[in-house]
Amino acid sequence: MAVSKKDLQSKILDAYPASVMKNRKKHIIIKDSSEIQEIQANTRTIPGIITNRGCAYAGCKGVVIGPIVDMVHIVHGPIGCSYYAWQTRRNKGVAREGGKSFLEYCFSTDMQESDIVFGGEKKLAKAIDEAVEIFNPRAISISATCPVGLIGDDISAVAKSAQEKYGIPVLSFNCEGYKGVSQSAGHHIANNKLMLEVVGKNDIETKPFSINILGEYNIGGDEWEIARVLHKIGYNIMTTMTGNSTYDEIATAHQADLNLVQCHRSINYIADMIEIKYGAPWMKVNFIGIEAMSKTLRDIAEYFDDDNLKKRTEQVIAEEVAELEDEIAGYKAMCDGKTAILFVGGSRAHHYQGLLSEIGISTVAAGYEFAHRDDYEGRDIIPDIKLDADTRNIEEISVEQDAEKFHLRIPAERIEELKSTVPMSVYKGMITDMPDGSMLIDDLNHFETEVLIKALKPSFFGSGIKDKYAVQKMGVYAKQLHSYDYGGPYAGYRGAVNFARDVVAGMFTPAWQYVLPPWKTQPGLVGKYVEEGEA
Amino acid sequence: MRQVAIYGKGGIGKSTTTQNLTAALGEMGKKIMIVGCDPKADSTRLILGGLAQQTVLDTLREEGDDIELDAVLKEGFANIKCVESGGPEPGVGCAGRGIITSISLLEQLGAYEDNLDYVFYDVLGDVVCGGFAMPIREGKAEEVYIVASGEMMAMYAANNICKGIQKYAATGKTRLGGIICNSRKVDNEYNMIKAFAEELGSQMIHFVPRDNVVQRAEINRKTVIDFDAKDPQADEYRTLAKAIDGNKNLVVPKPMSEDRLEEILSEFGILG
Repeated sequence: MAVSKKDLQSKILDAYPASVMKNRKKHIIIKDSSEIQEIQANTRTIPGIITNRGCAYAGCKGVVIGPIVDMVHIVHGPIGCSYYAWQTRRNKGVAREGGKSFLEYCFSTDMQESDIVFGGEKKLAKAIDEAVEIFNPRAISISATCPVGLIGDDISAVAKSAQEKYGIPVLSFNCEGYKGVSQSAGHHIANNKLMLEVVGKNDIETKPFSINILGEYNIGGDEWEIARVLHKIGYNIMTTMTGNSTYDEIATAHQADLNLVQCHRSINYIADMIEIKYGAPWMKVNFIGIEAMSKTLRDIAEYFDDDNLKKRTEQVIAEEVAELEDEIAGYKAMCDGKTAILFVGGSRAHHYQGLLSEIGISTVAAGYEFAHRDDYEGRDIIPDIKLDADTRNIEEISVEQDAEKFHLRIPAERIEELKSTVPMSVYKGMITDMPDGSMLIDDLNHFETEVLIKALKPSFFGSGIKDKYAVQKMGVYAKQLHSYDYGGPYAGYRGAVNFARDVVAGMFTPAWQYVLPPWKTQPGLVGKYVEEGEA
Repeated sequence: MRQVAIYGKGGIGKSTTTQNLTAALGEMGKKIMIVGCDPKADSTRLILGGLAQQTVLDTLREEGDDIELDAVLKEGFANIKCVESGGPEPGVGCAGRGIITSISLLEQLGAYEDNLDYVFYDVLGDVVCGGFAMPIREGKAEEVYIVASGEMMAMYAANNICKGIQKYAATGKTRLGGIICNSRKVDNEYNMIKAFAEELGSQMIHFVPRDNVVQRAEINRKTVIDFDAKDPQADEYRTLAKAIDGNKNLVVPKPMSEDRLEEILSEFGILG
């Protein structure tokens, strides 16, 4: 090891003024399993530090609400918030038979100066009128941007009257960008509304082995690959929240027998609330990586405890793994011994470590952009999390057992028993799975990224659009793990192969040898020194 | 061109005082423009004889970019040019932003002609947000007069407005020109406002006595000078106009603590 992580930590912290150092110190830890470690997360970013974080609007509309295919998602605000979020997240989806999909569209009220001055409610109501007239959607969402909150447009009153006028659901989200410390606030706002106004509203005939996939947004087609395998085994997916989902499917979520939680951060609120209100438990899953995928499939089968299902699960795992073993082995041979840094999301920095190690790449440093402490340290610490004003500012709703629709899927004792082998209602966090000596950094910033890249010289940097090109200019292959650049799916078995192929192609491209321009290594001018008068 | 902003507690008589004062200045031959910065758009009624004024923001909303200055600028008594910024109905939108938009638009339309002697901004109530401070920001009004009376809330508001002036004085040329006492016939009012103004480091520029002729003139949609030029109250406004015209005493005010304000109130209230 060229640089000790301790030295690296000091190198980062020493560059800061005292108050910043005091703050950042709590966000950077070096894994040491001999002690219980705490990391600071979900706190305000220091102004000026060049964070990668997004806003509440990004978390609500961009992440959670946006992927619902048959809703018109109206962004109430000036055009930029809508335009610059147009399809950048690559959440894919298709219309159901006889249904519609509006994913390709960008809907905005395009607020102008006079709308700010006189209020934008009328324009919003008109936008809804137009949306209904032109597109006739199954439902409509309204997402508030910052100025809407500042001038106090009552979007829920507009939603209510539009709902009465047209008889379709109109959901309003007060997800003004300035709320909370990151996009995480927006996830929570979206979860609350989906739970209160959508889930539980549509009862259909159920089939055996019914499941929901929560916190899966079908980036680059991930959900399709996951669903392919789950269907092959024999599961009935009621809904995915919210990748490639429809309004009516989400409304049936309460009927599933089990919730699979992929992205813990963005959807754990709904998972918890469904369990309380309707009795269906949730399980933490990981569809990223071959081993993780297989383990997840076995965990789900274990929950249903059906011999045929278990047998089928093993068959499918064997089939799928056999299909990709050789190809993966080839990539592993090329990548073995290389290292990675991951800085992404509230779950992905954890999820991708297994897949990377399957192609021989070890993750030496990882961090989340908008996670909370439980995403690092595990849910056990939730009671110890100190709620600050920023968190309290986001509405916390509580639900009660639904007198009609609540029923236990399996006996409570059975769940307790399962907990010894299956992650039921539990997420143990990223720290647990990282080897001693690896680094964890919350809310990584641009300066820290540069220091890490220079010191650790990874071959792979998995992050987002904001730091991708800065890192590539330093000669390191950077892949967007939010949007997958132009690739995907990366989840499930075939996704693992896609990922490995793209990573190898990226790391081994000859482009990296041209990053250093010739004038940095060769003189641009050639001449010789001549004594005066000699010539 | 002197740009003057008139602030003060809501209902204290800013619009009435501004119009009577500008009528007197107009009578002196000064070229004046009044910019009403109140969403209610009632700052120029007495000068225009009740003529309903199309507001800048309404025009902007209805006409879009294609605005002519004539549509929003009307001349009234003594050729005083009148503009109303306008704004949203109560409870919606952002009136503060409206004032910013409106003043920027007036500038672009060339309303600020070089031959003007005075531009008066009649600003709503207290300084409630950045928008309402617009007339004293960005090098616009360099002179502020606060209309106050001996009532506690009026003085409290005046003191708060001084905090706003102090803030903008640090970065610009905005200064306090004085307190205009619009009498409410409070005990010992003259001395109290004089002391209050001096404590702020400024002056009581004039004590305008209360007289029902002002109300009678208002009912007739006129300023006192226009309504009855010979009335003694008309002379009060002429005196105020001369005082402001010749005023060189422009200061950065020193707003006082609430305790000190209460002290002044009880001191003069009891003496009275």
